[in-house]
Amino acid sequence: MTSPAPKLPVSLVANPRLSSWVRFTDAGRVAISPGKVEIGQGIVTALAQIAADELDVDIVRIEMIRASTAMSPNEGVTSGSLSIQQSGRALRHACAEVRQRFLAAASERLGVDAALLDVDDGTISGPGNVRTSYWELAGEVSLDHDAIAGATAKSAAKRALAGHSVQRVDIPDKVFARPRFIHDCALPGLLHGRVLRPEVSGAKLMALDQEAARSVPGLVAIVRDGGFAGVVADGEAAAEAALKVLRKGAIWSAGEALPDEDDLAGFLRSQPVETTVIDTRTAATQNAVQTLRRQYTRPYIAHGSIAPSCAMARWDGDHVHVWTHSQGVYLLRADLAIVLKLPAENIVVEHMEGAGCYGHNAADDVALDAVLLAKATSGRRVRVQWSRHDEMSHAPFGAAMAIEIEADLDADNEIVGWRHTIWSNGHAARPGRAAQPALLAASEIANPYPRMISTNPPAANGGGGDRNSVPLYDFPAWTITSHRLLTMPVRTSALRTLGGQGNVFAIESLLDEIAALRGEDPIAFRLRHLRDERARDVISAAAQRAQWKPQKQAGIGYGVGFARYKNTGAYCAAIAEIEGADDIRVKRLTLAVDVGEAINPDGVINQIEGGAIQATSWVLKERVRFDRTRITSTSWTDYPILRFSEVPAVDVEIIQRPEIEPVGAGEAAHGPVTAAIANAVYDCLGVRVRDLPITRDRIIAAAELPS
Amino acid sequence: MPSLQFRLNGAAIAVDADPDQMLLDVLRGRLGITGPHFGCGAGECGACYVMVDGHAMASCDMPMWSVAGKDVVTLEGLGTVEQPHPLQRAFISEQAMQCGYCVSGILISAAALLKRNKSPTEAEVKAALDRNLCRCGSHNRMVRAVLRAASEMAAS
Repeated sequence: MTSPAPKLPVSLVANPRLSSWVRFTDAGRVAISPGKVEIGQGIVTALAQIAADELDVDIVRIEMIRASTAMSPNEGVTSGSLSIQQSGRALRHACAEVRQRFLAAASERLGVDAALLDVDDGTISGPGNVRTSYWELAGEVSLDHDAIAGATAKSAAKRALAGHSVQRVDIPDKVFARPRFIHDCALPGLLHGRVLRPEVSGAKLMALDQEAARSVPGLVAIVRDGGFAGVVADGEAAAEAALKVLRKGAIWSAGEALPDEDDLAGFLRSQPVETTVIDTRTAATQNAVQTLRRQYTRPYIAHGSIAPSCAMARWDGDHVHVWTHSQGVYLLRADLAIVLKLPAENIVVEHMEGAGCYGHNAADDVALDAVLLAKATSGRRVRVQWSRHDEMSHAPFGAAMAIEIEADLDADNEIVGWRHTIWSNGHAARPGRAAQPALLAASEIANPYPRMISTNPPAANGGGGDRNSVPLYDFPAWTITSHRLLTMPVRTSALRTLGGQGNVFAIESLLDEIAALRGEDPIAFRLRHLRDERARDVISAAAQRAQWKPQKQAGIGYGVGFARYKNTGAYCAAIAEIEGADDIRVKRLTLAVDVGEAINPDGVINQIEGGAIQATSWVLKERVRFDRTRITSTSWTDYPILRFSEVPAVDVEIIQRPEIEPVGAGEAAHGPVTAAIANAVYDCLGVRVRDLPITRDRIIAAAELPS
Repeated sequence: MPSLQFRLNGAAIAVDADPDQMLLDVLRGRLGITGPHFGCGAGECGACYVMVDGHAMASCDMPMWSVAGKDVVTLEGLGTVEQPHPLQRAFISEQAMQCGYCVSGILISAAALLKRNKSPTEAEVKAALDRNLCRCGSHNRMVRAVLRAASEMAAS
């Protein structure tokens, strides 16, 4: 019997050169260069832990290098809760091999068998008090080799840092006001740009009188390229002032009609679509006596980063350098190359931290804006920052969804058939993945590219609108169908969980309804339909922690929700305690999560807490508003999010499984928390709200419906 | 342009500025003070908060004329690595953020609270931070950090 050939982690297959990941630098430092980027999720710290563990160096020696197309491994995009899985595995493997190579060199130099050597904070020592170090040997050990599949990482028990809550490396800068965000990069001579965008959705710039704007003090340039126009000035206030004047000289075409915000399901279900059957399971016998048919909807949701998107660019001849908080520097570069008609080698895209983005917001769009404006000021760096208004109206949104489930029930109200159908725009229109660019200004310039209609990632990557639509429960038969819209009046792209939040909300709501119909406890009902032990464990752990189910009290409700993110990632169960009077108030969320090996447990808890609170905000408050011509929720007043006084207590338990490969935690909580709140609302008020957000109006409307 | 005088992080300062220009623009664009962040430009998110005479206020819609003669403190003036404000220590201990973009304004709101109320309750902390938005969902950690700082300050 032969064991399967060892395989390299995917990111190492794509970027096998060891020196692109790890370098020993002067002064006893180690440069670690991942292709994934920090977006406030703490990934840089977790990756530093993995590297320090595998190399046996103190974590303070690790210097984490920001991703840049000039030198970093290409790891695509930092999304989908895949950074620990992809970058973490690659770094663990690469560092293990680097360690082995150095031990071999040390063995030769010291004349000691490599097996007898030990590494302690980078110092390699052996019997007879012989010693050397990574840095002493760095000159003779080349890392310009491709990784080989054989290197073995340490066993879980031998890791000193993984599994421990090491403090985040970026936090001190942020509390001591040391510039770390791209927004804070202050340079002498930095120029500032602003871009003119229409108020009316889909309107195009037809004519522009630039005369008045030319006399605004501080103005450096007015740029116009077809329907793209903007200003460059010597300061932010001057750029704002110039833009304000320029706007008065603009003549716009009529726009494109937006759907009726009060009938999203009607809109979504009436558009031309591309239909995919995601999964089917057939059963031999059909003994259904009734079918429950329920429709669930979720609105468009804004990313709502606290920082408006920002980028900087500088041209030198036919080369351009771009600084960005994009989630994918190589992908952005690919789109820039298409738009600029330049070879990719002429473009360097370098990451700098931005605020949390929660998916594909305007980070990439503003980078092209900066590149186009900086053309007018060759040799000088131009910084462009969007307004709050533009961030809330021109950036992509998370796609609205209509989901219909038909559940066939037998005489005992057991599920014997299940049909889950989704209508939604695609959930991804990220740059760098198609022959046409996805960047906003690419559809505005003189020879415009068509606006990219969002698509869905393939099911093998977790799907898009269909994400989490295949039940983990062992129903005997099902058909899962996804309809992707071929029109896109409201621009959509990736928002945390893609379709996962909507699908889990729908599945877990209907399960709750069927359990109630049977008079069965909803947790017992779920456990009875789950064979996966890890799934059962998170549900049981959450139930135990929340002392499920507390005694019924007037005005209080409890609900449960569960999912395994993408059906392949983190397991998460949530229990919500809500108070329902005039408005719904979420008092407490109790969650249990299993990410396999939790590299940084406090980081995992932070991600789950944050996801739970953000999901609560989505469920209770959030909905992109529009009339038939324009997006109207363009400020925090019109697009309210959860505030400190409204935030629930959040209690998280991690089920540690050090022997199981780690997965990400950033998107695990949203679906389960959404469902848990909706189910708690039913428990409290006896009303099933199937349209998000769950507001007072929606509760009243749902209470008036039959069933 | 008139010279406007005020105190910034403990030092007297005079700036030639248009009286209608916003304080945030002057701090970030002229004085290199990048602690306060631009978030909305309308005083709705709290990312740009500074303390003015001890009160946490939005600097993005605060015209310079209204700052004359006032005492302005930004995150830079709260404490240093060598001599951190108890809130800065507590935010590190509690790992009280994800992206941290809103943290500057939240530290200012919290510092203003602790100036007027040495031992706030959890509800008082939440009320004091209610005008500050956090999108990452780090609220509970921040509230814990403020309570921790308050008890540290009471003990010392």
